Amino acid sequence: MAEAVDYRYVGTSPVRPDGVDKVTGRAQFGADQNLPNMLHGRVLRSPHAHARIKRVDLSKALAMDGVRAAVSGADFPAVESGEIGGEGGGDVADIARNVMARDKALYHGHAVAAVAATSVEIAERALEAIEVEYEALPPVLDVLEAMAPDATLLDEQCFTKNLPEKPDKPSNVASVMTLARGDLDAGFEQADVVVEGEYRIPMAHQGYIEPHACTATVNEEGKATVWCCTQGHFEFRAMTSKILKWKISDLKFVASEIGGGFGGKTVVYLEPVAVLLSKHAGRPVKMVMSREEVFRATGPTSGSVCRVKVGAQSNGKITAAKAWLAYEAGAFAGAPVMPGAMSIFAPYEIENFLVEGHDVLVNKPKVAAYRAPGAPQAMHAFEVALDDIARQIGMDPLDLRLANAADEGTQAPYGPKFPAIGFKACIEAAKKHPNYTKPVPEGAGRGVAAGFWFNIGMQSSAEVRINEDGTVIVMEGSPDIGGSRASMGLMAAETLGVPYEQIKTYVGDTESTGFCNVTGGSRTTFATGLAVVQACEDIIAQCKSRAAATWGMDDDQVEWQDGQAIPAPGVNADVKPLSLADVAASAPKTGGPILGRASLNAQGAGASFAVNFGDLKVDPETGAVEVLSFTGIQDAGKAIHPAYVEGQMQGGAAQGLGWALNEEYIYDANGVMENAGFLDYRVPVASDLPMIDTQIVEVPNPSHPYGVRGVGETPIVAPLAVASNAVRDATGVRINDLPLSPPRILAALSGE
Amino acid sequence: MAKVVFPDHLLVHTGGEREIEVAAANYRDLLVALEERWPGVREPLNKAAVAIDGQIYQDAFLEPIGADSEVFFMSRIEGG
Amino acid sequence: MSKMHIHTTINGDQVDFLGSPQQSLLDALRDEVGKLGTKEGCGTGDCGACSVIVDGRLVCSCLMLAAEAEGAEITTIEGIADGDGLHPLQEKFLEHAALQCGVCTPGFIVAAKALLDRDPNPDERTIRYWLAGNLCRCTGYDKIVRAVQDAAEQLAHPA
Ligand code: FES
Ligand code: FES
Repeated sequence: MAEAVDYRYVGTSPVRPDGVDKVTGRAQFGADQNLPNMLHGRVLRSPHAHARIKRVDLSKALAMDGVRAAVSGADFPAVESGEIGGEGGGDVADIARNVMARDKALYHGHAVAAVAATSVEIAERALEAIEVEYEALPPVLDVLEAMAPDATLLDEQCFTKNLPEKPDKPSNVASVMTLARGDLDAGFEQADVVVEGEYRIPMAHQGYIEPHACTATVNEEGKATVWCCTQGHFEFRAMTSKILKWKISDLKFVASEIGGGFGGKTVVYLEPVAVLLSKHAGRPVKMVMSREEVFRATGPTSGSVCRVKVGAQSNGKITAAKAWLAYEAGAFAGAPVMPGAMSIFAPYEIENFLVEGHDVLVNKPKVAAYRAPGAPQAMHAFEVALDDIARQIGMDPLDLRLANAADEGTQAPYGPKFPAIGFKACIEAAKKHPNYTKPVPEGAGRGVAAGFWFNIGMQSSAEVRINEDGTVIVMEGSPDIGGSRASMGLMAAETLGVPYEQIKTYVGDTESTGFCNVTGGSRTTFATGLAVVQACEDIIAQCKSRAAATWGMDDDQVEWQDGQAIPAPGVNADVKPLSLADVAASAPKTGGPILGRASLNAQGAGASFAVNFGDLKVDPETGAVEVLSFTGIQDAGKAIHPAYVEGQMQGGAAQGLGWALNEEYIYDANGVMENAGFLDYRVPVASDLPMIDTQIVEVPNPSHPYGVRGVGETPIVAPLAVASNAVRDATGVRINDLPLSPPRILAALSGE
Repeated sequence: MAKVVFPDHLLVHTGGEREIEVAAANYRDLLVALEERWPGVREPLNKAAVAIDGQIYQDAFLEPIGADSEVFFMSRIEGG
Repeated sequence: MSKMHIHTTINGDQVDFLGSPQQSLLDALRDEVGKLGTKEGCGTGDCGACSVIVDGRLVCSCLMLAAEAEGAEITTIEGIADGDGLHPLQEKFLEHAALQCGVCTPGFIVAAKALLDRDPNPDERTIRYWLAGNLCRCTGYDKIVRAVQDAAEQLAHPA
């Protein structure tokens, strides 16, 4: 295991460079871009959850005063199936049809047409003038019913992928997958106890506070500029290019500040529509979603049915585990069931297991990534089953997890052996934590669960420029969703050896900086950070060689230390060290401006494990659950900016608890979401939560110069089972399904 | 010879073979060898991630493969 | 549709604007007056991103008609800092890393200011209930509550 290192800047928590603008209202978010002569675009959405679109007539809308453009599916080119590459929510042909329905509307709220007008009010009235003839079809809303052989089909061309034999009949099951090892029957035979259960979780939304928004302007040459809130403007550009069949060089994307995403802003909804409307109207077009549209037509994550069977010996050793997962994809294939299957057993060393996963189409919005996509649903099921095992054999739940914990060299269920990982360190830390050693408060219950996420690398670019006075500009292309500019600045400061205050980090648009994949998968601090570090190393090499030239030495006779070029040890020279400012000042004579750069496809992102526990209290009269305390312990590899790492852990915990206790998509029989607003889709508010205690464990990732693993995804995973297990502990009643909302708890307590 | 393991969803492309031994100096050469063995397998493999001796690559290229390396193809991971 | 002439004082400046009869104060602030620091998260009074102070009262500007602001004194996020520096709430939000994406931050700071104006020494519970109308999806509220506590402390005992 690598040693923990003390750094000068890395590991401190300074104020972020964009902070002042964000506390004074100056920061420009997605809806804050206004242009002269701008029109306002609105989207007409399907009133049916499932319908054939027979005819769309825009003429009455187009004839209205103030309406300058209108488009429907017929105005978009046909798009061939294919991947976006990197990350981007599935097949581009599906994304195209999600952005604007063609022959079929596949969920209530599916975009069917759009208009641009001189005011929002006129645009909204114009939507009413659009004539659409639908042939309503029965909606498919339940994942298990959708899987039935005689189910109504969403897509007659959908044949289940990955079956040993190509099926001869289409199905709503878009794909299946299995992961297996060992001998399941033999494993269950060795078990002293076996727990089996079915666990259901409805769809939930990312719930970012900023609705999707963009402003597009297309000039007479056909060149577009698009301002939007996005987790990845380069991928938005790629998707828009493929959906409209425009050249990438005709599209410039500028990422605004982004008001939350959590995975939900990795895929386009409005942007191609706004570009097309602007092209038709010859004027800029701004489009902003209402909150209701955000709920009905963007996000959510999969609802799921997970069946789990686990066997263990009385000493706690898990002998066999089996899982069957069915995830709702929404209207198009692409539920995160594969990562769910790959993560469900990942924290443990299990010899005999089988996971079967199903990606299932239903007439609900196309799911988008949501923080550790796919892991919370599956891991909730298994962590709840493990809790029941611990109860049956009378073992402390942390000890049970320790007895089976994966460690360096353990073969992960998805294939490779783990390099150094921090799961055991997290369990040990939890066992010693004062919140765990103290007794459970009177009337409350305590729940424990583990969390995990793979983390990813992918492509990033960075440029580092040294100004004439030695101050530093870091330019990269990862939208800053939670303080990453500060982390980049810290890594640059550490690498260059200059004060953090001397460095400014910018997020460039698609034409001012090199390609970066989305801010997602906990990759930014890891991968873009790696690019920033390498670009700084490029600067150092150049500074050393300029110092060597100044001193009449060879490059290797110069070292870089504490932000200065100095003669290497053993080199006898009577010269004054040259600081970054000195080198910058003499740059015109030594070769011109100093510019460092790096671009890479980062490999070796390190998995991040977590252990969470909490004390929850149930009011038997109302069924309401109160969170008395919650503790998150997670391996960050290395926390570059510890306050923001804690913030990720606390924010993820709040989202996980919200999902566990209240949040859910509620549908009526026609497939209309009944709670498409923050009043009825209730996310946690300040008075719902206590302080959230955190402990950062640091087992460095050997693939990153500062040991970074990525932290943002993992924190949402464990809280679901923590809540379930705590409610079980408090009430003595096991409730398998989420959310643990008051009606569900009351029903369970009364034995219904 | 390196041990090469395929996940279930790729077995349709390998005639059901889950694990084989291949001699290849690096990942590029490995793909060439596999394509020779199972024409058409390159495309799905290019869409997969690969773990070589525990290190996960979303996009491998010239990564060296040793005589006793373990190579696992797996699904690519996305994230939120 | 005929517009109405509305007279207000915003952050100490006299501001007159034309608004349509059904326009919300939020839309008027953003679209007519150019005060884009006030955000819309829901438009239905459920998220607090649009919080402003009108005649000393904390309101969701998305729920108030612009016309109702006739003659009113309005404080928006742009008016929280005085000329020479940040308000202690703003400083403490930065110090405590109480913002991640920052889109909820203007609303929280305005709401917290309204709280501290009426109760300079609120306990944690009071802060949590007062801010229960403001949604933050990123932080889990921990650091926001601490920032408000710390700002109250600093306002009570300026260094
Ligand atoms: S926008 Fe006014 S409360 Fe949400
Ligand atoms: S910081 Fe993102 S919503 Fe509060």
